[in-house]
Amino acid sequence: MSAVITASGLGKRYKSTLALDNVSFQVEPGRIVGLIGPNGAGKTTALKAILGLTDFTGELNVLGFDPRKQRDRLMGEVCFIADVAVLPRWIRVSEVVDFVANVHPRFDRAKCEAFLARTKLQPGQRVRQMSKGMIVQLHLALVMAIDAKLLILDEPTLGLDILYRKQFYQNLLEDYFDENKTIIVTTHQVEEVEHILTDLMFIRDGRIVLDADMDAVGERYIEVMVNADRADAARALKPLDERQVFGKSIFLFDGVGRAQLEALGETRRPSISDLFVATMKGTYA
Amino acid sequence: MNTFLWLVKREFWEHRGGFLRAPVITAAIFLLLNLMGIVTGEVMGRQMGFQLGIGSNNLHLLTRDLDQQSMEAVGAGLDLVMYSSTMIISIVLGFVVFFYCLGALYDDRRDRSILFWKSLPVSDTATVLSKVFSATVVAPLIAVVVGALTGIVMLLMFAITLSLHGVSVWHLLSLSHPLRVITNLVGSIPLYVLWALPTVGWLMLCSAWARSKPFLWAVALPVGVGIVIGWFNLLGTLNISNDWYWRGVVARILGSVFPGGWFSEVSGIGGDNPAQVLSTLSVMHSYSAMGSMNLWIGVAAAAAMLAGAIWFRRWRDDS
Repeated sequence: MSAVITASGLGKRYKSTLALDNVSFQVEPGRIVGLIGPNGAGKTTALKAILGLTDFTGELNVLGFDPRKQRDRLMGEVCFIADVAVLPRWIRVSEVVDFVANVHPRFDRAKCEAFLARTKLQPGQRVRQMSKGMIVQLHLALVMAIDAKLLILDEPTLGLDILYRKQFYQNLLEDYFDENKTIIVTTHQVEEVEHILTDLMFIRDGRIVLDADMDAVGERYIEVMVNADRADAARALKPLDERQVFGKSIFLFDGVGRAQLEALGETRRPSISDLFVATMKGTYA
Repeated sequence: MNTFLWLVKREFWEHRGGFLRAPVITAAIFLLLNLMGIVTGEVMGRQMGFQLGIGSNNLHLLTRDLDQQSMEAVGAGLDLVMYSSTMIISIVLGFVVFFYCLGALYDDRRDRSILFWKSLPVSDTATVLSKVFSATVVAPLIAVVVGALTGIVMLLMFAITLSLHGVSVWHLLSLSHPLRVITNLVGSIPLYVLWALPTVGWLMLCSAWARSKPFLWAVALPVGVGIVIGWFNLLGTLNISNDWYWRGVVARILGSVFPGGWFSEVSGIGGDNPAQVLSTLSVMHSYSAMGSMNLWIGVAAAAAMLAGAIWFRRWRDDS
């Protein structure tokens, strides 16, 4: 199968800052890619480029379209949820469903209504009367009823309470995702998406600093819990990061042989957030 | 085409207040004021001991003995009554369309809902054109329908009042031409589209382009240029006619959303009596504005400005 997104040499400069610096990557179908980076790293710019919402330099192919020239046709195949409040505040539930049903050829109204029936949303309710969580529920119901090939989520659960957040990803996995679909998600709540991602991309200062599938991440990065007496031996192997927990040191290694590390102590797969923090060290310094 | 219809519906949903409620409320206030006027007249008349119709049969006689010319004048007067409500509503319409255009491509960028609209498979061209259509066809059509209905209600109000005084006004009413009035009003909508386009185009261009405060840009820019031209004229270094600039440019890109401006391009308006004046204002006559350069230059400029608006709509994002 051909790639859903092929990007090579993407660049985008805002007045003084370089938001994307010669970025190249590929996304295969059937993947859930986490695009993780600190604030201002270029995540949203990258997503906007993919969606044809901003101009850029370089080559970008999304599902066979050039987003710069064919945004409207591309949007027949791509769905997008940006951080909450982007549904127009004046619109009613019934109106937005009517509208999307009539302008989107791949929208399944019955499906959408079934999703809505599981929520407390009323047809006559306006977006401005809803809580953030309800707005996201509405948006998700609309998006899940669209049979799109690519779903892009930009901080979709920002500002939601934990019940909504859990439910959001659960719905997405149970009722939406399958091998023909691809999801790209950016979020700061890394722990929540950790178990659903198949691929991981770290972006920093407009550059991709890590692009690997989760298995490869597990092979490459290993965390070892080392007793104090062997800490110096561990440090000699040049860990990415070191922290102390209950009198033991936890070291994070990049590309050091597993056997070698197992001799030092208990090994495990690092959490994405630990990996992220170690990789992004010094970003704001 | 179906998408376009829904885009227009979307505009109507969002701007129900301006498109529908504003003319309806204006009409209601207009009717209320007229009713108050009638009641005042009745009360004052009674206090002064003046009994219309019963006391003197003048009016009654009048209606019977009207000659051809006076009948025309009375009919024209009644038609004017019907037009008057639409005229008031037209002024409101002008303001509604002005601010609608100014916000049309800006408000959703400000509240970021543009990200939602742009996530749908709708081209920017269709979006902008649906807004132009809403401003130049949907809004005036609603205004005209509301205006015509108000005019008819008003006519009936007068008729009922007079009939309480024993005057056979049904005969008087039969002298008016409600159908002709409605035809004239509806018939001038295409003219309104063409005439209003330069203003709609300019406002939408500003609306799509401005990063903030589109109103300021839309108004300050042409007015500022006008002041600079006036200043150069004072110095005598530039030979651009001030008058031409204000009337030919500023008025056309800011004021043409107010209906009726095209009459400045129609010659021979006027006459000796109301009927003649009205007939020179009729839709058949006013279409001679279609022969004016002013109108078509405006349309051409509007096409360019709307193309610009579409281009900015494409590339201006919320950041």
